[in-house]
Amino acid sequence: MFVALRDLRHARGRFALISTVVLLVAVLVTFLSSLTAGLARASVSALTDLPADRLAFGMAAPGDKPDLTSSRVTQDQWQAWSRVPGVGDAQPLGIATTRATSQGDHGTTVAVTAFGVEAGSDLAPGGGPADGQVVVTRRAADALSVAAGGALAVDGAELTVTRVVADDAQLSHTPVVWVSLADWQQVGARGGGEAPLATVVALTTTGRADEASADGAIGTTTVTTSAARSAVSSFTAENLSLTTMQAFLVAISALVVGAFFTVWTISRQGDVAVLKALGASTGYLLRDALGQAALILVGAVAVGAGLAAAAGSALAAVLPMVVSPATTLAPAALLVVLGLVGAAAAVARITRTDPHAALAAR
Amino acid sequence: MDLHLDHLSLVYPDGDTTLTAVDDVTLTVPAGTTTALLGPSGAGKSSLLAVAAGLTRPTTGHVAFGEEVVLTPTTGRAEATRLRLDRIGIVFQSPQLLASLTALEQLELHAHLRGRRPASVRGEAMSLLDAVGLADQAHRRPAHLSGGQRQRVAIARALVGRPDVLLVDEPTSALDHERGTQVVELITRLARDLDAATLLVSHDASTLGSVDAVAHLVDGGLEGARAAV
Repeated sequence: MFVALRDLRHARGRFALISTVVLLVAVLVTFLSSLTAGLARASVSALTDLPADRLAFGMAAPGDKPDLTSSRVTQDQWQAWSRVPGVGDAQPLGIATTRATSQGDHGTTVAVTAFGVEAGSDLAPGGGPADGQVVVTRRAADALSVAAGGALAVDGAELTVTRVVADDAQLSHTPVVWVSLADWQQVGARGGGEAPLATVVALTTTGRADEASADGAIGTTTVTTSAARSAVSSFTAENLSLTTMQAFLVAISALVVGAFFTVWTISRQGDVAVLKALGASTGYLLRDALGQAALILVGAVAVGAGLAAAAGSALAAVLPMVVSPATTLAPAALLVVLGLVGAAAAVARITRTDPHAALAAR
Repeated sequence: MDLHLDHLSLVYPDGDTTLTAVDDVTLTVPAGTTTALLGPSGAGKSSLLAVAAGLTRPTTGHVAFGEEVVLTPTTGRAEATRLRLDRIGIVFQSPQLLASLTALEQLELHAHLRGRRPASVRGEAMSLLDAVGLADQAHRRPAHLSGGQRQRVAIARALVGRPDVLLVDEPTSALDHERGTQVVELITRLARDLDAATLLVSHDASTLGSVDAVAHLVDGGLEGARAAV
């Protein structure tokens, strides 16, 4: 790094420029990463955080892609799943997006997702409520200005708020409220045909349950709670868009870094030839050039990711942001690694530089 | 340690034929002396220098330092690079200094390339800069030095690590007669002081009053016997 460090100092304007570009890309990628995770959380956290490892969907036709909007399970299907070997627990779970309205002169109406669970079920924080009761999240309580003991109309059904829980469960960007399965039948069990018991069956498997056979016999489609995210139609579109933007930004960053170091390496071909003629090995020169790129990338990305994390934390109250090592360090590491790949491709021309060129006057 | 060029030839492919740049050159430069290689443009002087420096592989023949054969047609690139680093100093036609390094750092770079701390050669580097009259310019970058000063830094750089052989390519081409003569005198004196066998390529015989011998190269081959100046 003897020459690399001195080049950095000597051509500080050029290196400041590329560092600024990398820094800004790092800010954008890291901020987007936190936003993507935050939006994903607001979109599907109520599903992924369920105390169950599988969800059985009742789709119109076997093999249909799981979809929360059209899934319906019956009493028979639930009971059949509870008898499948390897299934420790099977609980019906009704899911419906609806409206909740607080009572009083200044009643507020808020879109919520009603989860219908059995009384005492662990699918609701602190246990499922009894008929006529509703459990709400802090987010929903604040939006509706209600507290424990207050009254709430969920899709017209008058319910009493029994608990406000800290759990920030959300689905499709709406806060979750938990009601009894019987109340959910009034609130969310829409659609013709046989009256559904619930939307899905939440399964806790204890061993190797033969899900494929059970699905075939029962007429359901079972996926993990993580894979069930794709059953929320908005999640897939939203997540794909944001992830694509991040991928493009990372690729652009690698290309910009590669382009910069291509121009830089070409401009110092003469120096490289002289260094080789003086006895510098190709390995030494590559290490020197890549070390220089690594310094720029690590420095600029660290500052950029740090700024984005600070901004994300500051904006967490007004934007769905998740600032964590996964949303900060992972994209930062990816930027550094792909930037180094771009730089490596650029400085590879050092291997082709002929030291004989040093004999030419310049 | 003497420099021996033994039956060196360098032949390039040239379309359907070949071009002989160096033609069976045999030459010895004793340690501590300077031999000038004179010849018109295109005579093969720089090609011969490139072969002696390991920058180009000879087609036939070999280069020896004392009794040790160091460069042959089969010498690998890495081996030649290591030889240049450890035992050969090169002064190029133009100074070829690195723009971001000070005069002192140009010399310290040699230690870094050899895996040593740059500071380990600081004393030697300052002595060499003093020897070329630039001790007071040690911390200046090339942009702040005159053409002659840059060339003198390049000479000092080539001598860091006390190389066995010093190869100098047209060091006076960009200098006027007086400065060119001074530069050749400087090289000759330092080569003697450091006991380096020095081969100096030039096209200007008028600046070579201080060298120990002159060899004439014409069409790639030596013309007649070496002549003492």
